Amino acid sequence: MSRERPDVVLPAGVHWRRRVANRVAIGGCVLATALVVLPLGLLVLRLLESGLHGLSLGFFLHMPKPVGEPGGGMANAIVGTLIVVGIGAAIAVPVGVAAGVYLAEYGREQLANVVRYTADVLAGAPSIVVGVAVFGLLVVPMGRFSALAGGVALAVLMLPTVVRATEEVVRLVPASYRQAALALGAPSWVATLRVVLPAARAGVTTAALLAVARASGETAPLLFTALGNRFWSVHLDQPIATLPVMIYDYARAPYSDWNSQAWTGALTLLVLVTVLSALMRLATRNIR
Amino acid sequence: MTPAETPLIRTAMPARHGAPSADADNTPEPAAHLAARGFGLRYGTHPALTDISFEIPEHRVTAIIGPSGCGKSTLLRAFNRMNDLIPNVTTSGELRVGALDVNTPSTDVVSLRRRVGMVFQRPNPFPQSVFDNVAFGLRLLGLRQRAALAERVETSLRRAALWEEVKDRLDRSALQLSGGQQQRLCIARCLAVDPEVLLMDEPASALDPTSTARVEELVLELKGRYTIVVVTHNMQQAARISDRTAFLMQGRLVEVGDTRRMFTNPKEKLTEDYITGRFG
Repeated sequence: MSRERPDVVLPAGVHWRRRVANRVAIGGCVLATALVVLPLGLLVLRLLESGLHGLSLGFFLHMPKPVGEPGGGMANAIVGTLIVVGIGAAIAVPVGVAAGVYLAEYGREQLANVVRYTADVLAGAPSIVVGVAVFGLLVVPMGRFSALAGGVALAVLMLPTVVRATEEVVRLVPASYRQAALALGAPSWVATLRVVLPAARAGVTTAALLAVARASGETAPLLFTALGNRFWSVHLDQPIATLPVMIYDYARAPYSDWNSQAWTGALTLLVLVTVLSALMRLATRNIR
Repeated sequence: MTPAETPLIRTAMPARHGAPSADADNTPEPAAHLAARGFGLRYGTHPALTDISFEIPEHRVTAIIGPSGCGKSTLLRAFNRMNDLIPNVTTSGELRVGALDVNTPSTDVVSLRRRVGMVFQRPNPFPQSVFDNVAFGLRLLGLRQRAALAERVETSLRRAALWEEVKDRLDRSALQLSGGQQQRLCIARCLAVDPEVLLMDEPASALDPTSTARVEELVLELKGRYTIVVVTHNMQQAARISDRTAFLMQGRLVEVGDTRRMFTNPKEKLTEDYITGRFG
């Protein structure tokens, strides 16, 4: 087909077809976005619907009551979750960030590939398997379930996320920052610690939050490690109550007031994670 | 004396090499500060620089010019061993900063880089405050007291002709400055650790004309105190700011000499062709 000005004249109908294709593509994106938001929206709505009416100051301050007695709260489980997740984060964040920086800065070495592969395999390990492993490694030798074992189990679950996400964000730091530091006579480790890592601060925080938030809701590994506790305990070497385990127990119990408390517990867990994330983000944003 | 004229304290800094600094521009033959003797550099098996021999006089501006890919930047970066960051780089021959042999295994690259500062093509301030940027090198040297830091930060910013523009926003992010200000900040950051030599890799090529003019003025002001080597694509810039010019092509030094002489009466045909824009 030879025309004098081939790229100016378009076959009839092309404009129309392109407009339709454009509409379809945009429509598809909107639909997909809605599908992403929908489950979260439904979840939040359902939690509010069933959990909100059980919410009171007493729920946060009181201990669980024995079966049959009305009222009571989940004070021990709320504190327990904070402790166990805190132990997990205290182990996983420093180790994970350090490993992630190693992968990003020295990632060409053979050892780095081994670390990367290990982290990916670990990320795919079912959480209940991690729970059983920590049961064998800590609970059995110690002779009892403990908050510490729960924290270690959560740390193992957080680790791969922290490592790989830290690696990604540290890689994004422009090489020119590093070069400038080195040209000023900074040894390599100083350039990493004082320039590269601070520049990646926001991303590293997000990585840590993602891992912590995900681990906060884990139930299966805690059943094998922290176990649960009807009573108040903040001892690291004793079994400890946590929100996910308590929700699990209360939700499958045959008592309707326990079931409704499970809803309230779930709502509390969701709010807790959200608030913690918001606080962390606020604290690390633009410290300058 | 205003702070701009006070000499920076030289504690914890290596002694400056060479003859007592003759500040006047009419000194006939300033001592050589940097020198290359039969210097060569390869990226793997690809030779980037071959048999380079020339001297760079103290307290002068020396421009390195040549077409893209001729090895200008590589040569510049060889003087503070920034090429070390690239794997598989090998060097031959000799490169000296003062009496120091740059490539000898015993040379401490960290202290070499303190003596030989570098300004990059694109302004690269750290994503930190203006103050922290300039103080970075000082803190590396172990200077901690706030007052001493503040004094030297001010001196460095004044020398980089940036003080008046940033004195009220030292604690703001350096990334909020304009491109030209960022580049002068990078220069101030270099000056803070009081190097002997400033290597500048096309320091104005990412800047607008006004900022370029300011950086050029600054180079002229600074040469009384520092030995400056500038890589540039811009022939007019080389003519405006440099005392000596080295012309490189395909990794070889074609000609080196007094800038005015090079631009009016080049010895080599290649130099003449390049300067008059016949290629490159």
